[in-house]
Amino acid sequence: MPATSADDARPDPDWEGVRLHVVTGKGGTGKTVVAGALALALASAGRRVLLIEVEGRQGIAQLFDTAPLPYEERRLAAAGGGEVFGLAVDAEEALMDYLEMFYNLRRAGSALRRLGAIDFATTIAPGMRDVLLTGKAKEAVRRRREGRLVYDAVVMDAPPTGRIAKFLNVNSEVAGLAKVGPIRHQADDVMAVVASPLTAVHLVTLLEPMPVQETCDGVAELQAAGLPVGGVFVNMVRAPLLRATDLRKAEKGRLDRAAIADGLAAAGLTGPGGALAQVAVDDAVDVLCAQASDHAVRVALEAAERATVMELDRPTYDLPWLPDGVDLGALYELAEALRAQGAA
Amino acid sequence: MTASVDQPRFGIDALLGDPGVRTIVCCGSGGVGKTTTAAAIALRGAERGRRVVVLTIDPARRLAQAMGLSELENEPRPVVDVDARAGGSLEAMMLDMKRTFDDLVIASADPERAASILANPFYKALSTSFSGTQEYMAMEKLGQLRAAAEAAGHLDLIVVDTPPSRSALDFLDAPRRLGSFLDGRLIRILAAPARLGGRAYLRFVQAGFGVFTNVLSKILGAQVLNEIQAFVASIDTLFGGFRERAERTYRMLQQPDTAFLVVAAPERDALREASYFAERLRAERMPLAGLVLNRVQTSALPALSSADAEAAADQLQRLGAAYRTTAGVLRVHAERVTTVERQRQLAARFTSAHPDVPVVRVPALPGDVHDLPALRRVGTALSGCATGAAPER
Repeated sequence: MPATSADDARPDPDWEGVRLHVVTGKGGTGKTVVAGALALALASAGRRVLLIEVEGRQGIAQLFDTAPLPYEERRLAAAGGGEVFGLAVDAEEALMDYLEMFYNLRRAGSALRRLGAIDFATTIAPGMRDVLLTGKAKEAVRRRREGRLVYDAVVMDAPPTGRIAKFLNVNSEVAGLAKVGPIRHQADDVMAVVASPLTAVHLVTLLEPMPVQETCDGVAELQAAGLPVGGVFVNMVRAPLLRATDLRKAEKGRLDRAAIADGLAAAGLTGPGGALAQVAVDDAVDVLCAQASDHAVRVALEAAERATVMELDRPTYDLPWLPDGVDLGALYELAEALRAQGAA
Repeated sequence: MTASVDQPRFGIDALLGDPGVRTIVCCGSGGVGKTTTAAAIALRGAERGRRVVVLTIDPARRLAQAMGLSELENEPRPVVDVDARAGGSLEAMMLDMKRTFDDLVIASADPERAASILANPFYKALSTSFSGTQEYMAMEKLGQLRAAAEAAGHLDLIVVDTPPSRSALDFLDAPRRLGSFLDGRLIRILAAPARLGGRAYLRFVQAGFGVFTNVLSKILGAQVLNEIQAFVASIDTLFGGFRERAERTYRMLQQPDTAFLVVAAPERDALREASYFAERLRAERMPLAGLVLNRVQTSALPALSSADAEAAADQLQRLGAAYRTTAGVLRVHAERVTTVERQRQLAARFTSAHPDVPVVRVPALPGDVHDLPALRRVGTALSGCATGAAPER
């Protein structure tokens, strides 16, 4: 493929050889958005990417502004010659697949479903559900058509950080139950992919104490379980709006009030007809200084959290805060930011 | 109230001051500040004279941090530094899901049987990793706390934080789901197919059972099936019906002495979840006391719009270095007002869908809430008389 000049300037992608990108994060950090942006970024070099979700919440459909996804791979978007497909994995459907594929039991499966047995097996049988969900991702990673891989990469919008190690470590989940037999075999197969260099588990965080704490805990848990830790994706990053000296002064409440009053006058805000003509100048300066102080406190907190993230010593990527929320256009913007930083 | 934009006002003090309110349940999707809200309500209640216990379920031990405690046990323990002058008290606990389940087994069975259940791998998996167990055990613990409070009379308010699930509805649905599984037809078939009455039904069940066990042993292996059957048989007589137990707690939540609060952040997804939850509570005739909107951004300078502030900042930037500080503080203002406006629109959407649900706004605090003074500030905001925030009409 002919490289554009923008491609020349790009760093080499950090995850060459990784085919399964598992994206996790604390609730509220935007892991679905990051998973979607990463899928677009991976697809943009003319590749085929499958984006899958496993929590039955139709987050992908909402993100890509399409109708709810069935249990069937659907084309979601094109990106720079590549394509992103989407799939909402459902444990029950995956079990039906499994029965058909290995035992030719689809009809018996339907009868069992009416009896509630499928629901039972996917919900109550310990670890079963996770084996089925991760099994589907494993199958997509390995799937070939006419000798060629169907997908260059699979991105999974995975369960949150607190559950991710247990979710992926299916072997230990079923170990106490199935020492032999088909489920054990399937779990071993899944582990052969998720605990290998084919997989990277990425963590999404915000620069806030609790998400960062959960990210650190998640990294430790993944490492203890022998699962491959990928990058840390810092979401909703906002640039400081004050220069460094003003940030320090604002934090201590020592901004130059007279200079601010002068500036407001120079911009015509406090004079007749200005937006602040009806507000006492002192009051306006008070509010602006208080807001600047809030801003400086936040910037300082974020810097401290950033330092903690850096101590993890993982590749780190920033996604900018988008004031108007994330629509499809913004998703392409985030994908581009990820490519520019070498995430894809 | 005449116009639909006239949202009813709401303050937590009305709930805390009503001795008829004995349980407050804080629901909401993950990451919206439920735990902080529950802790702040509990603290405010205690300092206004209620004898409160707060039950949190979060595995990240956030409440422990917020309350300055290094560890919470599966039983309530007193929180220090609470102002007890009004005669109240505060105890806090964190749900230990597995221990609650284990205790339930130990309390309901003779020691030998309990030991065999606790050692069963199916029980181990069910008590630690089944997705509804946490919610079920939260309900169970809530029921226990209520019973203990009624018996001993030392508590008069229970504040409950709910598990960190994606959906607020999980708290309502999961216990029933677990209950119906453990008490359902299939489990009974597995446990003792011959006990079910009716010959025709028996034939059907046995035919179904044959296919079922055949398939299940193909998927899971015969060993697993045996363990499930052993587990089911041993719990069958113990619990007097899981479903019934879950139903009982559920009905308790429908009583007028229970108040639900739905917690949300002023973001699209969180408010959508809050909306689903409000509809569901209405359908279940459960009393929704209000929406707590956390981390609401405010500005005390609404006269200056975001666009005007940006334009002025650009102009000052061109005028030279002397105005850089003013340009900076104007950009901070512009960003802030933009956020205020976006949040206002999102909240307005919720209100037009649920005009009868009162809303209380908690202003965004620049720092993290991790000590009692910060929890008190959140509590003040929850009372509806937040300092520094533009008051709601």
